Amino acid sequence: MSGAPGLAIAREWQRFTPGERLARFVVYLGVVAAIVASIQTVEVIPEFIADAPEQIGDMLRRMWPIAWGFYPEGVQAPLLESLHIATLGTVAAVLMAVPVAFLAARNVTPHAGLNYFAKLILVSARSVNTLIWALFFVAVFGPGALAGTMAIAFHSIGFTGKLLSEALEESNRGTIEALQATGAPWLSVAIKGYWPQVKPAFWAIVLFRWDINVRESAVLGLVGAGGVGMALDTALNLFQWDRVAMILVAILGVVIAAEIVVTGIRRRIL
Amino acid sequence: MSSLPAAAVEASRPDAAATAALSVRGLVKEYVPGRQVLAGITLDFAPRGMTAVIGPSGTGKSTLIRCINRLVEPTAGEIVFEGRDLARLGKRELRAARRHIGMVFQEYNLVERLTVMENVLCGRLGYVSPAKAWLRRFPARDVARAFELLDTVGLGAFAQARADSLSGGQRQRVGIARAVMQQPRLLLADEPTSSLDPKTSVEIMALMQALSETHGFPVIVNIHNVELARRFAGRIVGMTGGRVVYDGPPERLDETILKTIYGGEDWLE
Repeated sequence: MSGAPGLAIAREWQRFTPGERLARFVVYLGVVAAIVASIQTVEVIPEFIADAPEQIGDMLRRMWPIAWGFYPEGVQAPLLESLHIATLGTVAAVLMAVPVAFLAARNVTPHAGLNYFAKLILVSARSVNTLIWALFFVAVFGPGALAGTMAIAFHSIGFTGKLLSEALEESNRGTIEALQATGAPWLSVAIKGYWPQVKPAFWAIVLFRWDINVRESAVLGLVGAGGVGMALDTALNLFQWDRVAMILVAILGVVIAAEIVVTGIRRRIL
Repeated sequence: MSSLPAAAVEASRPDAAATAALSVRGLVKEYVPGRQVLAGITLDFAPRGMTAVIGPSGTGKSTLIRCINRLVEPTAGEIVFEGRDLARLGKRELRAARRHIGMVFQEYNLVERLTVMENVLCGRLGYVSPAKAWLRRFPARDVARAFELLDTVGLGAFAQARADSLSGGQRQRVGIARAVMQQPRLLLADEPTSSLDPKTSVEIMALMQALSETHGFPVIVNIHNVELARRFAGRIVGMTGGRVVYDGPPERLDETILKTIYGGEDWLE
């Protein structure tokens, strides 16, 4: 710099232009305004916050001692039902999601209209919460595990389908071209070209979704869609806090077990 | 263009298009309307021997090769292969025609996660039903042929190895075995040596030449390396700006012609 003092002024450097600085200020202001507005809307009542520790203590006291004896008679069967709901729901979701994922992947289906249609299916399946799907299917099939399974399946289409279509879009084009150049029909190209390339992603997605569904199936019973949530709902309504504690511990155990199983399988197959 | 050795082009043209294995007539390709990547290519290819297409990058060599089996859709022109214009075939007929045209790629384009054997058997996908392909129920004679071909390309011991565990040269050999597995009546090679070291490049070219002779199919190879082209091809097609500017035997490919093809001259010294 010392060699060219005249350049020092021209080389003055600022990270942001005045316009950018103004824009950044507006964004910060907007964030603060949003937080203030939210707090006002939520209407936090200070007395209730002050009271919270006491309430938590009270609830924990009622939960203790945990009703371990309730497990064999009232938890195990619905807990297994929850696992069945999660597993069957995941399987059904995958069966429905695979064709949609193929339609959504732009390289597999070079048709913009079909791509958007498939993406619409994926987004709408995902945007409706599992509990809402469950309410819907309880109305259709009546309360029970079938409604829960359908709820899990339909909500999971969005997640599995979206991730699978992204995996398909990332597959190597050259490989597909090479198989097309042999005169292979579309289905053979899918089986030998796309499938081997997305297989690791596919199993990772399925396992991850099953893991999520194990957790989601535990609360489905709150709206009557079967599983351990129904036992939880009953215990909550009857203020049997020791039983509630038992159910929560059982759910925690299953979620941890599912996590261990998924991690183990993933390490083996990937 | 003015220095085009017209005599060389004329002299090498096969006397009758009827005897050609492949006739390309007035082939035009425009990726963007109005901008011709191939500006009316007309070439006949004899039923035997290796033809090398050389030329600078971006001159349409790859596009030419890919238009032949329609991995790239031609904009205009004819591609007559065994008496039928490939450019006008419907999807089903095109698939049937592609079964007889093998192709080798610069990036090998194997199915990386499948074994070498499965990759070679992929050459039969045009003949085997999807259900059988899925169940890996390839006809016994296909499997026997695949083993023979793997021996021929020197990978007999690697049948059960995964394709992604091989070196570049080995992968290209698998790619060639896959193409020959189709029992092709024409082999296209799109820059088959560009990702390989010089020694392996020579081996790959020699392998294609040997297979072309034993199985009796013509090879069209587009290649950057002029020396390799001279050494292995019986005929050289020089392209520049989407046109053929030289078509003749390797012996006549002198510096003047290379200047016409690649432009400039500093690089020749």
